[in-house]
Amino acid sequence: MPKRHDGQFTMSQKVLLTAKEIDILLHRLACQLLENHLDFSNTVLIGIQPRGIFLAERLTKILSEEYQVKDIALGSLDITFFRDDFRRGEKTLEASTTEINFIIEGKRVVLIDDVLYTGRSIRAALTAIQSFGRPKEIELLTLIDRRFSRHLPIQPNYRGRQVDAINEEKVKVLWKENDGKDVIYLINT
Amino acid sequence: MSELSVNHLLGIKYLTEQDIELIFETADHFKEVINRAIKKVPTLRDITIANIFFENSTRTKLSFELAEKRLSADVINFSAGQSSVKKGETLIDTVNNILSMKVDMVVMRHPNPGAGIFLSRHVKASIINAGDGAHEHPTQALLDSFSIRERLGEVAGKKVVIVGDILHSRVALSNIFALKLQGAEVKVCGPRTLLPKHIESLGVGVETDLRKALNWCDVANMLRIQNERMEFSYFPTTREYSQQYGINKTLLESLDKEIVIMHPGPINRGVEITSDVADSEQSIILDQVENGVAIRMAVIYLLASKIK
Repeated sequence: MPKRHDGQFTMSQKVLLTAKEIDILLHRLACQLLENHLDFSNTVLIGIQPRGIFLAERLTKILSEEYQVKDIALGSLDITFFRDDFRRGEKTLEASTTEINFIIEGKRVVLIDDVLYTGRSIRAALTAIQSFGRPKEIELLTLIDRRFSRHLPIQPNYRGRQVDAINEEKVKVLWKENDGKDVIYLINT
Repeated sequence: MSELSVNHLLGIKYLTEQDIELIFETADHFKEVINRAIKKVPTLRDITIANIFFENSTRTKLSFELAEKRLSADVINFSAGQSSVKKGETLIDTVNNILSMKVDMVVMRHPNPGAGIFLSRHVKASIINAGDGAHEHPTQALLDSFSIRERLGEVAGKKVVIVGDILHSRVALSNIFALKLQGAEVKVCGPRTLLPKHIESLGVGVETDLRKALNWCDVANMLRIQNERMEFSYFPTTREYSQQYGINKTLLESLDKEIVIMHPGPINRGVEITSDVADSEQSIILDQVENGVAIRMAVIYLLASKIK
């Protein structure tokens, strides 16, 4: 983080997407899911903890309320114990709740996360989901796809917006239900 | 707050209330993991753990080994019975030889109080005390509190009586520390000969009448009579002990309220607790065993993440 001459950290942020733009993206993503999965009878949606669950819940809400899709199976998956950076950082990695109260075996799984960056979280999620059975197929949906920053050969099937952000920049997705408002920032640290 | 304040688990005495809360929250997640179709996570695949047992154990050893394997750690087991300890090797030499094989963590049970503390000062590895003489057995106390929290919602404000051989019990001492730290009220109950002098100085009540103690408490933790640690008789006969300090169904049903029954195992059926009580709805003895694996996974995970 660059320091100013007076010792303060400098940080700038700009709005990448507004609430209105996010809403349009969410509706498009919901329609794309609908196009491929129709009645969702053999499909399960899995939000990746901690921040993918808000996106997953929002999409489920749109699908059920505006497109009358009944009984969507929605779960959350914590990947902490499957990450590849255990003991590589300073802090102990803290886990979140996993809640998958349905059978995954033979299902079409859609993994949902807010930002796709290095792809390592998704790699961990692909391993973690196997603990619950053998899905028929796994797709990936992500709201923001940070291009050119992948460490692994992982690409989304559904993407909200592609962003060219350099490594020093951070994409932060805020949700109304958790952070008070819907907005996506590009933060320059 | 997201990491333990300690680098070893030597006793509950060295933990903070926040440490216990963190261990419980982590154990909640591991409990979900061990109930999956595939009960294993790859987190500790670059960690090697040595289980060194200088004293007999079934439950604790199996529980630790299972916890380690569920976390994908490599495990080596060592029992003093078939080892060079018999040839006169010192504790530090034995452990340092094991550590030369690139072991990161040692789980040790030893008959001498303070053995884990001693070891932690002299070797370079994270130490987990799996019982040191009549001193502490921290993971047992953690899983006991975790089981109370699971059954009754929380530990704070609950009344717990520990019944039986308090004098020889590391489970009792660790439980007293853990329960007090979390804000529970604790009483010990047993024949005078098995209650240590000045036990009140730990902030616990003393009761020699079992019925009174049970009518007071929410949870009764029934300890095993440890014949192997007794050099002489502390009570006339096992039969007499059982009549005065054993719980049976009739006694349980005559109480003013429904209490939770715990036992750290192994049970002497018919001595401190009868079979119909041990197997009743009020008993959470088998939950304790299941929770033991989750608690040990949490402790190992949290300590391992501090190894650099």
